[in-house]
Amino acid sequence: MRVGATLLRWAEPLLVPLANIAAALLLSGLVVLAAGADPFAAMAVLLRGSLGDPASLGYTLYYATNFIFTGLAVALPFHAGLFNIGGEGQAYVGGLFASLVCLFLGPVFGWLAVPLAVLAAAAGGALWALGPAWLRVARGSHVVITTIMFNFIASALMTFLIVKVLIAPGQSAPESVPFVESAWMPSLGHLLGPSPLNLSFPLALLLATAVWVFLRRMRAGFELRAVGANPEAARAAGISVARATVLALGLGGALAGLIAVNELMGAQHRLLLEFPAGYGFMGIAVALVGRNHPLGIVLAAIFFGALYQGGTELSFDLPQVTRDLVVVIEGLAILFCGALENLFRRRIATWLGKEART
Amino acid sequence: MSERRTPAAELRGIEKRFGPVRANRSISLTLARGSIHGLVGENGAGKSTLAQILYGYLRPDAGEIRIGGRPVAFGSPRDAIAAGVGMVHQHFMLVEPMTVLENLMLGREAGLGLAEGRASALATLARLDRGGGTALDPEAKVENLPIGSKQRVEILKALHRGAEILILDEPTAVLTPLEATALFGELRALAEHGKTILLVTHRLREVIEVTDAVTVLRQGEVVAERQTRDTDAAELAELMIGRSPSPPQRRPARLGPLRLEIRELTVRDGAGILRLDRASLAVRGGEIVAIAGVAGNGQSELIESLVGLTAPESGSIRLDDVELIGLTVRERRLRGLGHVAEDRLRLGAVADFSAVENALLGCEQVPQFLRRAANAGALEAAMAAYDVRPAEPERHFARFSGGNQQKLVVARELGRTPALLVAGQPTRGVDVGAAELIHNRLLELRDAGSAILLISADLEEIWLLADRILVLCGGRIAGELTPETADERQLGLLMAGAASA
Repeated sequence: MRVGATLLRWAEPLLVPLANIAAALLLSGLVVLAAGADPFAAMAVLLRGSLGDPASLGYTLYYATNFIFTGLAVALPFHAGLFNIGGEGQAYVGGLFASLVCLFLGPVFGWLAVPLAVLAAAAGGALWALGPAWLRVARGSHVVITTIMFNFIASALMTFLIVKVLIAPGQSAPESVPFVESAWMPSLGHLLGPSPLNLSFPLALLLATAVWVFLRRMRAGFELRAVGANPEAARAAGISVARATVLALGLGGALAGLIAVNELMGAQHRLLLEFPAGYGFMGIAVALVGRNHPLGIVLAAIFFGALYQGGTELSFDLPQVTRDLVVVIEGLAILFCGALENLFRRRIATWLGKEART
Repeated sequence: MSERRTPAAELRGIEKRFGPVRANRSISLTLARGSIHGLVGENGAGKSTLAQILYGYLRPDAGEIRIGGRPVAFGSPRDAIAAGVGMVHQHFMLVEPMTVLENLMLGREAGLGLAEGRASALATLARLDRGGGTALDPEAKVENLPIGSKQRVEILKALHRGAEILILDEPTAVLTPLEATALFGELRALAEHGKTILLVTHRLREVIEVTDAVTVLRQGEVVAERQTRDTDAAELAELMIGRSPSPPQRRPARLGPLRLEIRELTVRDGAGILRLDRASLAVRGGEIVAIAGVAGNGQSELIESLVGLTAPESGSIRLDDVELIGLTVRERRLRGLGHVAEDRLRLGAVADFSAVENALLGCEQVPQFLRRAANAGALEAAMAAYDVRPAEPERHFARFSGGNQQKLVVARELGRTPALLVAGQPTRGVDVGAAELIHNRLLELRDAGSAILLISADLEEIWLLADRILVLCGGRIAGELTPETADERQLGLLMAGAASA
């Protein structure tokens, strides 16, 4: 009985998203057909373009790295009942901190600048999340509103800093001078390449595991989840709701800040305008599809990474399938996994013979 | 004539399984028209399942339901309502910010405008609202009504939808004794007008007081059917739990040193209304002091200021000579304060967590890294000691029955051997067997030298456990009684604010 129950607990979270994604792909096929292209050919291009050769796979995992960070950045606060929509701004400020370390300490510290910059990226992201956390604790402000507002503040601040202060001398492009090579995140492009894949990917996997351990095996994570599931009971049990709020948003911000490690230190090697490029918002979709579970988020991030990379190839190879159509496919995946999440759940649960809940 | 003879509802051979659990085994039940029928049993005996089948929430795996002699198959509560079956839930399904009238109209607006719906709802109110005392104000907001009146709105709502058969699920769990008496008067009046009532409860005194017939369930089966006049509470209790209940063994109190001392405690709520007015009391080790009173007279505020959830305006709370006011909840718990919350699902536990996670909630000695196996092992021992069923540490808290949930909460709080236990409604919504066990554990804790402050709406429980009884009325301690020398009349007068002791 207990073995059976455990099996069911594992089967449902896997089968439900798979069914949802299958439904999304099916509908996407119809969209592609309506656009005048062969859906099977499109699928083939998508698969080949994302997983077909080492370089494509490298790119897929490179994008997936960003999605893992931002997915975790949404999921971790979510377990405390907080909806962090500020990944974009947190990543941006994380990028500033990391870049400052790379630009100014890189030439002095040599390779030691890399771990310092990673910490700086996390610290910057965390710092940017602490504003909304403080507003929540002190004023009761809703974090959905405040985190999104902080995105705009970060964007304006960064535009000013990049265009007016950090811009490379004598340049018109809004970007800083390149980081010294010793401050680059070590590349993995030679393993799967050529691609911008770098050490950030294993770091992301490590942190996904760490988030799981934190939430499930550590006292602070346990308290955080208790606050998310029943804040009143948590308070009655002596858990500080304020502390859990600050911790959850701070850690979420830190995770979002790490995008800078992949994007700036791993690939671009300089600070540039608007580098978070919507990854922060995509984190919401990734967390939704991954059902806020670190393993689910890794899988969802790879799925979205593949769509991102394969979609680019698709728009090259099949002229009828534009970049916008790829966004439609992404949207369908989010729609089925998010809004229509329960479309197949009951059927699958019945099929698995799960005990009805009374 | 034949219309009169046909039973209002008949259930024949009802079967319902949840996985390996047979919640209802071949249950047959006949509700005579115009009668009040009691359905009693311990938590998990299958009462709620049967009620939900009759109301169309659940479909039986086998068996037949006849309403007024005609076989029916309900796909949803909508079908049941159409057939004249109504249900009053334990947790009210009312829209709090709306008025009484609007709640009645909900789902029965009839037509594009609201005039027609209003008129028919008003007509229902005029026709049926003759419950004891004052009539309901149709324009009063539900959130401002006392609980007893909310329940009347629920009943009227069901009747307004044309219910001929009314199912009431533990209707008195939330009521004061006075409100319960009013409810029973109302039910009798409804039965006299030909309505049929199924009263689902585990309070046997009510069954004896108000029903015509009673069906006893145990482990999903009908173990007895009686005409109420042919039975008594003792027989029903024995049938329910399968043995005769034994009142807890009470040794005379061996009073220890003063542990809890509350002086001049004054609490105002968010709206500035005085909830506790210079209340003073003391509890010594080895003593159970009970707080009696009609709900809403400051009991919850007393508990919350003791535990640390509410900051009082003035006064002092000392536990073992340490001032508690100004300390956080956790600091108070570290000083030996235990708390069985009045409402376990709101304050006592996290429904979404497993039993083992709930056992860790609020336990200060939790290490930085949780050791699953050790925790589960400790919980299994506690589950055995408190007879929690099923004894599965990883099971979701929400999936235990009410009685077992309460046992888990009590086990957690008593397991710490607190210096002071604040026990709010420790057996609310719990069956006879579980209540008996919890009572015995509380007495054991008292005999071990802890101070216990018991806040209960259940007067029987207070008589059973208390060494001293304090009555709260209007936020003040209205008087003190000793169970050995006082009687229920004195207590009732103090609770109503009509006398001082």
